[in-house]
Amino acid sequence: MTKKQISSSVNKKMLAYDKLPNWKKYAFISAITLFFLALYISFFGIQAFFQQLVNGIQLGSIYALIALGYTMIYGIIRLINFAHGDLFMFGAYISCFLGNYLMAHNFRYPFIVVLIFSMVVTALLGMAIEKIAYKPLRFKPRLAALITALGVSLFLENFFALSPQNVPFPLNKIVFGPKYILFPALIAEKTYNIGGIAINNIKILIVIITIILMIALQYIVKKTMIGKAMRAVAFNKDACLMMGINIDKVISITFGIGISLAAASGTLYALTYGQLQSPYLGIWPGLKAFIAAVLGGIGNIPGAMLGSYVMGVSETFATSINSNFGYGIAFVILIVVLVFKPAGLLGKFTKEKV
Amino acid sequence: MNKKLLVFLILVIFMFSLTVASAKMIKVGGVACLTGAAATYGASTRNGTRLAFDEQNDLGGVDIGGEKYLIHYIFEDDQGSPEQAANAFRKLIDQDEVYAILGSVMSSCTLAGAPIAQDSGVPVISPTSTAVQVTRTGDYIFRSCFLDPFQGAVVASFSYNDLNAKTAAVIFDNANDYTKGLAEAFRESFVSIGGEVVAYESFTEEATTVDFSAQLTNIKSANPDVIFLDAYYSAAALMAKQARALGITVPFVGADGWDSAEFTKLGGEAVEGGYFCNHYSPADPRPIVQNFVKKYTEVYGGTPDALATLAYDAGLILIDSLNRAGSLDRAAIRDAIMATNLECVSGVITFDGWGDPIKSAVVNKVEGGKFVFQKFVQP
Repeated sequence: MTKKQISSSVNKKMLAYDKLPNWKKYAFISAITLFFLALYISFFGIQAFFQQLVNGIQLGSIYALIALGYTMIYGIIRLINFAHGDLFMFGAYISCFLGNYLMAHNFRYPFIVVLIFSMVVTALLGMAIEKIAYKPLRFKPRLAALITALGVSLFLENFFALSPQNVPFPLNKIVFGPKYILFPALIAEKTYNIGGIAINNIKILIVIITIILMIALQYIVKKTMIGKAMRAVAFNKDACLMMGINIDKVISITFGIGISLAAASGTLYALTYGQLQSPYLGIWPGLKAFIAAVLGGIGNIPGAMLGSYVMGVSETFATSINSNFGYGIAFVILIVVLVFKPAGLLGKFTKEKV
Repeated sequence: MNKKLLVFLILVIFMFSLTVASAKMIKVGGVACLTGAAATYGASTRNGTRLAFDEQNDLGGVDIGGEKYLIHYIFEDDQGSPEQAANAFRKLIDQDEVYAILGSVMSSCTLAGAPIAQDSGVPVISPTSTAVQVTRTGDYIFRSCFLDPFQGAVVASFSYNDLNAKTAAVIFDNANDYTKGLAEAFRESFVSIGGEVVAYESFTEEATTVDFSAQLTNIKSANPDVIFLDAYYSAAALMAKQARALGITVPFVGADGWDSAEFTKLGGEAVEGGYFCNHYSPADPRPIVQNFVKKYTEVYGGTPDALATLAYDAGLILIDSLNRAGSLDRAAIRDAIMATNLECVSGVITFDGWGDPIKSAVVNKVEGGKFVFQKFVQP
């Protein structure tokens, strides 16, 4: 077969799948999922299955908060903000420093204060980055902003990884240094055993906070005035300008919200693992969350959530089947889904006018 | 001005003649990395060796054929690079005409320098090069540290005999030669003494992996008697915490990768009661250990790490061999090293046919946030 024939046969298969009625699609996907579930349970037992499910949901929650920010920012200004993972890192470090301070002063509810503080400070940094690095390029070709985003990402990682001893006075108070640091135990860990499945309070808290933040986000976007403005900017920037919508303000707020979610995720991540390895720690979670956002359909908020949980759970199961698989599986899933649904699980495919 | 210069010159000449006149010298070379990525390793090694030589010189030096010789320690920095190491060995042998060389730290550096020393017939004792091939270069090459397969065997034998573990699980980083080698050695020897490895899980790259719950859940379902956390201290502490959170209660064992004060800070409650294998323990009650720890702390500040200890031991082995050699002949010194049977800080050392030490490893227990000496193990 020639290259053309192969691509046309793939196209035909995709079309055949697309043409199926919805219930058949869902039946097809559920059948495959059930098959793998049965296989897994028969090998590892039902208890291990539920334990891995819990592990996967926790991992998925961390991805979900980052992916939401990715998807929001992409949805509004069509920019893939590669610095997102690094703002996640920044949020984690900020909460670490404040957490240490509060713990030393016997503060009563340090976790909530730390979470909110880190979200606010990181959002301010994110908005500043938007003003400095992305705004001047708003009406320039999109590739320019993409490359700038990569540059911002590399800058943040390498800047914060400088050792305080090696930089002059004002900077040495800001940089974090390349060494790992301990994260304070803001919440005493308690493990519950439910029918042989170990769940601890931090995992439950992470899932609850993720769900609360998702609902809040959905409410802001769908029910408030600013949400309406965001959707309008996403739809047509030029028309918004003519209608008197302050698009600078709207984009700034979008950035603030998206990045505060990344900071929340960073705080939860640090709380779960109890240590911050280095200012490079945002790279992998950021990359996987990006994949999750694309998987769910980038620009689509429920899609980002779904994609993240699919990623977290499948990564956990793949790792458990063979521990060498875990990292690669994210990309395999991405490729498979994109072959069948190029716009992602919940995304709508729109042809771009050239 | 001239007067000042004259006084200075006289002083210099005076001092020079004083040192020359006081005693005979025997030159010994030292090679380690004082710059580069592993700079702290080099500094520890140099400190350890220097301490051993200074102690001996204070006692009047070594006794060779009835005459006292002071040890003159000539140190070269190899910057952690094999080329520089080869140059350093060449310089020490050709220019300084040393009688023995202690070095280098990294296996790659020692491997670059060892053939030169072998060809010139200069004995070498490397304190810390763990790669198997190092001593295979020839009969003039020795080392004072044990090898990774040995450590794996120690951990396996301790788990089986002392912890009564019949089944074990291993979790290791498959992107790192050190952890991979250890995991294989552990599995081999644990199976050969009659145990069973029920789970053999890996992860990739310690720097990027922080979630081990999938692997640990597998280990939990396999229900082992002991878990070998084969990783450096930060990942090992994370694993321990996550394992306890999953409700795993069996003891953890580890190797010298755990050896850091940070380990207990990071791991907290979770690593309590864990056992790990190490080169020495500062809490070992033998007088030679206590004496060394005290002196090292006085001179350099801070408890000596394993590298300093191994370098100190290399120094002790050389001093002992020079005393027994009977003549200033490099071949005689080499033979004396081979016949070593000496109590050192890291245990009683003898050499096998390859020039690798036969000695016991120390097993420490984590108790109350500290490493407590448990016992010597020789598999």
